[in-house]
Amino acid sequence: MSSRVNASYFPQAERVAIFGGTHGNEMSGVTLVNMWIKNRAEIERSGVAVRAFITNPRAVEKCSRYIDTDLNRAFTPENLSTASGDGLPYEVQRAKEVNQIFGPKGSPDAYDVIFDLHNTTSNMGSTLILESSTDYFNLQMVHYIKKAIAPESCMVLLNEHPHLKYATTRSVAKHPVGLEVGPQPQGVLRSNIFESMRAIMKHALDFIELFNSGVEFPACSVEVFRVHERVDYPRDTNGNITAMVHPHLQDCDWEPLNPGDPMFQTFDGRTIPYEGASPVYPTFINEAAYYEKQQACITTRRETLAANAIRKISK
Amino acid sequence: MLPALSRVAVCGGTHGNELSGVYLVHERLKRRKKSQVMEPVAVVTVMSNPRAVQRCVRYTETDLNRCFTHAMLSLSASEQTSYELVRSQELNSLLGPKGSAEAMDLICDLHNTTANMGLCLITYSDSDWICLHICKYLQARAQHPRTDVRYIHYDIPRSEAYSLDSVGKHGFAMEIGPQPHGLIRANIFMAMQEAVQLLLDWVRLFNSGAQFEGGSVDVYTLVKNIDYPRDPHTHTIIAAVHPDLQDRDFCLLHPGDPMFLSFSGETLRYKGKEPLYPFFINESAYYEKAVALSLARRRKVEIPAIRSSRM
Repeated sequence: MSSRVNASYFPQAERVAIFGGTHGNEMSGVTLVNMWIKNRAEIERSGVAVRAFITNPRAVEKCSRYIDTDLNRAFTPENLSTASGDGLPYEVQRAKEVNQIFGPKGSPDAYDVIFDLHNTTSNMGSTLILESSTDYFNLQMVHYIKKAIAPESCMVLLNEHPHLKYATTRSVAKHPVGLEVGPQPQGVLRSNIFESMRAIMKHALDFIELFNSGVEFPACSVEVFRVHERVDYPRDTNGNITAMVHPHLQDCDWEPLNPGDPMFQTFDGRTIPYEGASPVYPTFINEAAYYEKQQACITTRRETLAANAIRKISK
Repeated sequence: MLPALSRVAVCGGTHGNELSGVYLVHERLKRRKKSQVMEPVAVVTVMSNPRAVQRCVRYTETDLNRCFTHAMLSLSASEQTSYELVRSQELNSLLGPKGSAEAMDLICDLHNTTANMGLCLITYSDSDWICLHICKYLQARAQHPRTDVRYIHYDIPRSEAYSLDSVGKHGFAMEIGPQPHGLIRANIFMAMQEAVQLLLDWVRLFNSGAQFEGGSVDVYTLVKNIDYPRDPHTHTIIAAVHPDLQDRDFCLLHPGDPMFLSFSGETLRYKGKEPLYPFFINESAYYEKAVALSLARRRKVEIPAIRSSRM
């Protein structure tokens, strides 16, 4: 019975989008979305319109991350309000188009939920990425997904960091959800990675259908990894990297890194330890696309978030 | 008795996003600047495609490692319609000319692959005793980290050989995987660094007159390439490498074994009549070349003892 306090009510999720190709060389999302554009049967659910959409078609065509600039950093208020014109970088123009179709960001007309499908070269397994610790709808959804795929696991990364948070493609929606599955090289389609992403999307859509049918999801708690800091590679005065992710850290996403543990190895074999004050949980370890963003890994802290019971607002 | 290898080239960055070779060449060039120590062997260290390295892409206009056929090296200036075609002729002047007496004695071209291939020496001959002995030497000594070393042979005549290593009198691509393009893994870098050091050790020993005992080497000779299953109208890929085949480079593939898993859940099987050895399974750069995997026959090649004719 929903007589307890602190139940949150949300409107029916009427419009949901699944984005692929935000980075044109992350092949699971590109392949799934193209498949679902051709044949929608697998993503259809009653009570909700689900739209599969390629966000960066030129980058997909070229099989590169982006053409002019990273689309997944382009949804800033400044970019979205800038005047259209020939001089605009392709992705800024594209951000405005996506915002027009699926937004406007921050308005009541925006899509209810957007899933943005990504791959990483890091050994992160399946990871759901959230941008708010108080979006109970999203927290309940990831809780549902984690239970549904057990014993397979799925981590939850929370990026609410004031400086490290970025203006994602999915942020156009009221409830943005990132889905990152790795490890997979750019430009490669691995069957197991593809099927993992596909299974998670299936459960996500099942959750939405259940929610829309009036099911109440009781209060729950969700373990998340909250973004703490980004750590760059050691570099020389010319900006060239002088060390690689240490073999003991490589592929150890989500495992504790303690002060003094090996973190980097120079090209002539010297170990550089982690010099933070307290243990952290690194992730995005050795993501190829982050070399140019000065990021060898992101450190996170473990936290348990509480989510209110949620239920659809009955009309 | 074979001539000494007095001039050796180590090349990296032929594909600008294959970073083990890029950083190995970068470090070698840095160390060369710092110390004036002469190495026992005259080694030329070359960054093959600097523009692609700078952008961290495989190539800027055309694949440099397909630009070394005799025909392409003979194109006139007006026919050199890409950066890489111009660069291949520059490299041919520096390290060749291909087919002439002035060419480098040995070229080692450093590459990475996303396929789970360990360390492979890839060359055009199955009777080049220098290359085969180097392979045997590496197989016995590649320990830190422990690395599988194999010899791959593409049966293509020298004039049609299209890769940079074909410019030297002897040459091979040294290919190490698995590593995604655009990043560097410490264990892979160290394996390549050790292999290059072992290679130069071998050359020095060979040049000093040491005798290398004969023996045998398993040679994998390319038979054919297999493309992804595609939609007949749109040509888009409709299946992924099967999970049972993914990462199983050099595990014998039998007729009837799973090869691909379609997106609709169907297993597509190997329909050849002959069991063959797969390699380059799911190499990202080969999607555009319509290659999902390559298949090879394996045979033991007997190699004689060799020794350099002292100068």
